[in-house]
Amino acid sequence: MAKHHVTTTLNGNPVEFLCETQQTLLDVLRDELHLTGTKEGCASGDCGACSVTVNGRLVCSCLMLGVEAEGKKIETIEGMANGAQLHVLQQKFLEHAALQCGICTPGMLIAAKALLECNPDPSETEVRYWLAGNLCRCTGYNKIVEAVLAAAVEMRRT
Amino acid sequence: MSELRYEAPKTLEAAVALLAGAQGLTKVLAGGSDLLVQMRAGRIEPALVIDIKGIPEMTTITAENGGFRVGAAVPCMEIVEHKAFAKTWPGLTEAIALIGSIQVKGRASVGGNLCNASPAADSVPALIAAGAMASIAGPKGKREAHVEDIVTGPGKTSLAKGEIVTSFFLAKRPPHAADAYLRFTPRTEMDIAVVGAAVNLTLDAKGVCTDARVSLGAVAATALLVAEAAAALIGSSVDDAALARLEAAASAAAKPIDDKRGTKEYRIKVVGVMARRAATIARDRAKGNP
Repeated sequence: MAKHHVTTTLNGNPVEFLCETQQTLLDVLRDELHLTGTKEGCASGDCGACSVTVNGRLVCSCLMLGVEAEGKKIETIEGMANGAQLHVLQQKFLEHAALQCGICTPGMLIAAKALLECNPDPSETEVRYWLAGNLCRCTGYNKIVEAVLAAAVEMRRT
Repeated sequence: MSELRYEAPKTLEAAVALLAGAQGLTKVLAGGSDLLVQMRAGRIEPALVIDIKGIPEMTTITAENGGFRVGAAVPCMEIVEHKAFAKTWPGLTEAIALIGSIQVKGRASVGGNLCNASPAADSVPALIAAGAMASIAGPKGKREAHVEDIVTGPGKTSLAKGEIVTSFFLAKRPPHAADAYLRFTPRTEMDIAVVGAAVNLTLDAKGVCTDARVSLGAVAATALLVAEAAAALIGSSVDDAALARLEAAASAAAKPIDDKRGTKEYRIKVVGVMARRAATIARDRAKGNP
């Protein structure tokens, strides 16, 4: 069977790609479009490293077929900074040393951004519950939660 | 690997025709949070997946006769964020809010949670307690079924070939009615129910329970609708004596397995406790609902 021809908007730009039915959106992002910022951790929806937004909704790109992206607006970590200008969340992750190996970081950032868009003033508990689907195996979660809360403060100011 | 076909029909009729006419293993793709994991693990190798998210009646929440109709493929997060629904059905909403992470709930659907037919599915006891009706479309037309009649065992449903659950109907609530769902898991988040208990009840103006439904999850091959547990509440003011009878009836109905997440004895004990606590929450919510 011929490959699927899929038309999407990716980080604000029109993007077309070809994919097999079996390929997940994560496979397409990494292997076809060479956007390797989105990471593969578990490939079963447990770790959140592959988090992206689809039409504004936070999802695991490993749990979605590439062909399902037809007509959708996809946002990945590559679209987060504005050129050389880091997003506030990215800046706060650096300032708070909220990463070590970095594998979970793109997913954490995408998930945190989705949180602050629907809840600009989350409590620490709300941040922890929202990020429960993002696993980190090295930094531990405190610095990540602190960075998200610090970013929320700054984003409310500006 | 054999060639996998993908279809995204725009109408229910087209989806039913594809399902009914399919050769080989055919799977309905809603959120994909169970299906894609099973495919990836090699547990199933479908010849055709039918993506039903392009079908409007399966992906919308609408008002109907004073109640709600929820499309079977509506993502859980959309239901959780629906303020009017959450206010009317707090127990069903809290059950749906327990399904996986925010990311998983962004895709996973209640129809998928039901038809995946896991005994530990969180939304299923809450749907059963709520008295939800499933609308089913198939080659012979449409039919309605009680949610408790859909799942027949782990991974098995009563759906005939070509049939698909399209939506759930939740009827208009009388005054002083509310529901609650509690589950027990070793972790606070991102875990699978060791037991689950849903209670839906209606009180009269004096606080006497006039109607109740109690459903238990993860303590049998399917979620259980326990009439004896409901009978323990009806006619009472949901006081300590009634709650003790409910707890005993819930434990008596449980027929759980032993596994690494809980022994049989433990689940039997805890499901009674969860049922009693859920009934207390539902009672207090109902008193607050004029």
